[in-house]
Amino acid sequence: MIALIPLFPLVGFLINGVWYAAAQAPEGRKAAGSTAPGVIASIAIFSSFVVSLLLFIQLQGLPEEARFIEQNLFSWMKVGDLSVDMSLRVDVLSTLFTLVITGVGTLIHVYSIGYMSHDATPGKFFAYLNLFCFAMLMLVLGSSLPILFLGWEGVGLCSYLLIGYWYEDEEKAKAGKKAFIVNRVGDLGFLLGMFLIYTTFKTLDFSALKVAVEAMGPSVPEATFTAIALLLFVGCMGKSAQIPLYVWLPDAMAGPTPVSALIHAATMVTSGIYMVSRLNFIYTPSHTAMQFMAVVGALTAFFAATIAFAQRDIKKVLAYSTVSQLGYMFLACGVGAFGAGVFHVITHAFFKALLFLGAGSVIHGMHEEQDIFKMGGLKKYMPKTWLVFAIAWLAICGVPGLSGFFSKDEILWMAFASEHGSPVLWALGAGTAVMTAFYMTRLYRLTFYGEPRFKSEGHSKAHGKDHHHDAADHGHGHGHHGGVHESPAVMVVPLQVLAVLSALGGLIGIPHASWLEHWLEPVLPHHALNASVNPSMEWVLMGLSVAGGVFGMVLAWKIYSDLKYAESLKAKWAPLHKVLENKWYVDEIYEAVFIRPIQKISEFLWKSFDVKVIDQFVLGFGRVSAWTGQRARVLQTGSTQVYAFMLLVGLVITLGYIIYGLA
Amino acid sequence: MAWLESNLLSALVFFPLAWALVGLALPTDSSGKSSSGKYWALTGSLLTFALSLLLYGSFDANGADFQFKELAEWIPSLGVSYHLGLDGISLWLVLLTTFLMPIVILGSFSAVESREKEYYFLLLALEAAMIGAFVALDVFLFYVFWEAMLIPMYFLVGIWGGKDRIYAAMKFFLYTLVGSLLMLVAIFYLVSLHKTQFGAFSTNLLDLYKVQVAGGDTFWSPQSLVFLAFALAFAIKVPLFPLHTWLPDAHVQAPTAGSVILAGVLLKMGGYGFLRFAFPLFPQAVQFYQPMFLALGAIAIVYGAWVAMVQPDIKKLVAYSSVSHMGYVILGLFAMNTIGATGAVYQMLNHGISTPGLFLLVGMIYERRHTREISDYGGIAKVMPLYAIALIIMTLSSVALPGTNGFVGEFLILLGTWQTSRLVGAIAGTGVIFGAIYMLWMVQRVMFGPLKNEENRKLKDLTGRELLVLAPLTVAVFVMGVAPNFFFSKMDTSIARFLEKSRATPVAAAKTLNDQPALARQGE
Repeated sequence: MIALIPLFPLVGFLINGVWYAAAQAPEGRKAAGSTAPGVIASIAIFSSFVVSLLLFIQLQGLPEEARFIEQNLFSWMKVGDLSVDMSLRVDVLSTLFTLVITGVGTLIHVYSIGYMSHDATPGKFFAYLNLFCFAMLMLVLGSSLPILFLGWEGVGLCSYLLIGYWYEDEEKAKAGKKAFIVNRVGDLGFLLGMFLIYTTFKTLDFSALKVAVEAMGPSVPEATFTAIALLLFVGCMGKSAQIPLYVWLPDAMAGPTPVSALIHAATMVTSGIYMVSRLNFIYTPSHTAMQFMAVVGALTAFFAATIAFAQRDIKKVLAYSTVSQLGYMFLACGVGAFGAGVFHVITHAFFKALLFLGAGSVIHGMHEEQDIFKMGGLKKYMPKTWLVFAIAWLAICGVPGLSGFFSKDEILWMAFASEHGSPVLWALGAGTAVMTAFYMTRLYRLTFYGEPRFKSEGHSKAHGKDHHHDAADHGHGHGHHGGVHESPAVMVVPLQVLAVLSALGGLIGIPHASWLEHWLEPVLPHHALNASVNPSMEWVLMGLSVAGGVFGMVLAWKIYSDLKYAESLKAKWAPLHKVLENKWYVDEIYEAVFIRPIQKISEFLWKSFDVKVIDQFVLGFGRVSAWTGQRARVLQTGSTQVYAFMLLVGLVITLGYIIYGLA
Repeated sequence: MAWLESNLLSALVFFPLAWALVGLALPTDSSGKSSSGKYWALTGSLLTFALSLLLYGSFDANGADFQFKELAEWIPSLGVSYHLGLDGISLWLVLLTTFLMPIVILGSFSAVESREKEYYFLLLALEAAMIGAFVALDVFLFYVFWEAMLIPMYFLVGIWGGKDRIYAAMKFFLYTLVGSLLMLVAIFYLVSLHKTQFGAFSTNLLDLYKVQVAGGDTFWSPQSLVFLAFALAFAIKVPLFPLHTWLPDAHVQAPTAGSVILAGVLLKMGGYGFLRFAFPLFPQAVQFYQPMFLALGAIAIVYGAWVAMVQPDIKKLVAYSSVSHMGYVILGLFAMNTIGATGAVYQMLNHGISTPGLFLLVGMIYERRHTREISDYGGIAKVMPLYAIALIIMTLSSVALPGTNGFVGEFLILLGTWQTSRLVGAIAGTGVIFGAIYMLWMVQRVMFGPLKNEENRKLKDLTGRELLVLAPLTVAVFVMGVAPNFFFSKMDTSIARFLEKSRATPVAAAKTLNDQPALARQGE
């Protein structure tokens, strides 16, 4: 039954893919509208959701220590001692991920039917989207590292294809390529970590590995654990966009907005947290690795938040926000609170998917405008989007009672109080929370409030940009072509469902009465608190972070209610603003340090070493023999003769040797 | 049928040759063209493929020895025999050859206009020689087939090639020639050593496996020198850095079919040579040179990828990617463990699927636009969507995405190498990054972006015939990626035997070529 979960989207992919390739792509054929492919794809992923739910219920019926179901499909690779089965396993951890992936996935599929209605090739889009879900589900269901890696690279492929979906725009194609390559850097770390696991513990299967680690643990040096953990973490830095490999994620916003919501917010980018939690027993023995993860997470959270301050593109703000929130999750894992990390994965999936889809609704309604400084006052035009967006905004800002509050607060508390935690980590996290409240309020205020900063008719400029839309189709079925409008129900209803989840999702993890923490215990053991921390601090810190969040919100609201004042502030801080706007010039630094030197060296190796050194050596040899040949008048027209001649010489020499040897 | 059963390998070698000869006699029309030539050749190659499937059907996966053996005396005075046989490794290489041939021929239908009959004759003759080389168990016979492969290849490049075909063919020859001749000398040395140790000449490989070659633990010892002579011939064929510079020129100048066969099968001859000859014959020398070859393999992977990155010509880019991918094969073999060796054999098969696919795809747009410059293209996914799908699938196989064949090979090779040397494994591992860079960058510049060049607007998408050419390769990419055990199950035993034979046992040191262990001399 487990196999059905990834199977449905795979079948959906095949149906849409074959249909597209055979009947829509060839010249002269007309592409299907978004409805039929979208319904096929949505049914596929919804079926997976139903199966995931059934399995979840089944797990609940099992005794706590036996809450897992395994299904071995076939043996994938069997070579010598290495045996990798195509085997799926659902347990307390992966069941949560399957529910989020298929649940949020279904909503995003349905939403996409509306969002992609003007697109030229929706068949292709939904095929890719289903393929992504297949890979993502393999990632969380795989019972061994190679299967996880299969999903891991598979989602990377889909990410590549979907970021560059509108490939006629060179920048978008480049962004897709960049995502794939940066992820490949991480994947090398993953591979080597996997190899080191295999050479140390002789298995790649998760449950066998856990047994092996428990059995051999004391005899394996901590340095080995550290090396494995860090190598695998390099993989996480790529996939989950941590410093220094986060650079691909903001560029990934080139993809259609539902893709950003599904892949680059709710699911794929949290793969790293899944992997680290899955292998928590490899991480916990290494204090160094844990510290490293916590510090990288905290710094990423903080650093990305600073960049979000100065972005004008609504999706870019959300992208840096995602990087920042992912940093939180690694901070949680790094201080041993894997459960808190997973909790934040879930709540973040709800509110960030909602933010992205809400932004998509805005972009759709504004005819492809993404600059928040060209929006304003949309509350009046898009009341439904405004309302759901408000919930997501409050949730990410950590307003008590909403989902983001519970998960963020648990992370901050653990960053302070866990035995791996420290006040510095807490301060970085709390500072990030204030900044998050600030930049999200800025975004919200600029988008929905104030005077409209667009012409309510025309939008000729925005129209010129959306070349990927079939011009003839555009606006079809819209009564108010050219005007800013609320999105259709097919888009709004998924938003409303997500809004409910964003509001209430935190209830699964109420402090000291957390259903989630208890549920995850068989896989994620209870984390120890630092004995010297006073438990009452929890409430003090909670109060502090809530106060900080409110401060950030109020401040941003004030500043951006007067745009002239905001501009003057910007002018005052111009140098800093420029650095932030240019994302600390990290891309430029990579370009100068890695990309250009390698290209230069490669050019040199080709033109100088290959052509000048090696070739000249060989051709020199050729010239000598040709010269000899001409002298001997054996050679007449071409190299066949040289060849025959040499063959003869060789035969004579060797036969001579044998005869000599005989005699 | 009984005759066929006991002479299946001979039938496989000589059937394409005989078919090709008959094809030469086909009638031609007034302009000297023979439209039936291509269908004749296609039929012949399909029949050969069907014949080779019989091998698969009756191959015993657990058989301890070579199968389908045929042994007949040829030149008794020199111990030369006509000795054929097949194990789980050559089985797949033969099947790869017969599988590719119909694809190559069908792929040539629209590309070849002059001297068709001769062209298809050469292709089938080449097939015969390649199969012969894979199944020969007599070193002399092997050498004959090995050299025989060169001749059709030389003409294919020299007659149907591009502008600088003579230069490329010449370079191809010079390289291969040097290697072959040294190998020949080494063969004769081995044969005479057999005489010294066992009292009679023999070129039978199974006899030569028993010959003890002294040394192997220093550079100048006899075993080291003989090993190097063999290794040089094979390393040139692979081609291993720094002996690879013939390959880009040969590929660029060769017609598509030539490139496909070159990349698909001929390069495998190098890896196969190491497996069948260099390793089992000279185990001590292999051990002695292991670090050097591991280093060269890793360098080839990175070097090939880096140089591929900056190529302006698509075909040259794919050619350099071969240097990189074949570096993995060397690495897997010299890792000297089960995982690495299996990966190496598998990688040979993979490379025989994905690189031919890429060359065919390059050939298809070349036929349309008569240019291979990357900068002449851009945005053609818009006008050629099916082509784009095919190119991306082959690219994924080339960058070793899990689920495709490429991943299984690279994963096993890197893991096997890691078990032998972590440093080399890690360096070679960077190939997974650079491989993605050069392939995806090429795809981006050719397929994506706006359609800038007016001439590209009129490009026609793949025809039915072209889809038929690419379909089997595409299927193979996924079948080999998802069900590698299907292939492993027939090669496990042979790989175990290969490793056992190649395991070094100490042999008394010797200073010169004539100084052989006394024990072995007793046979005289």
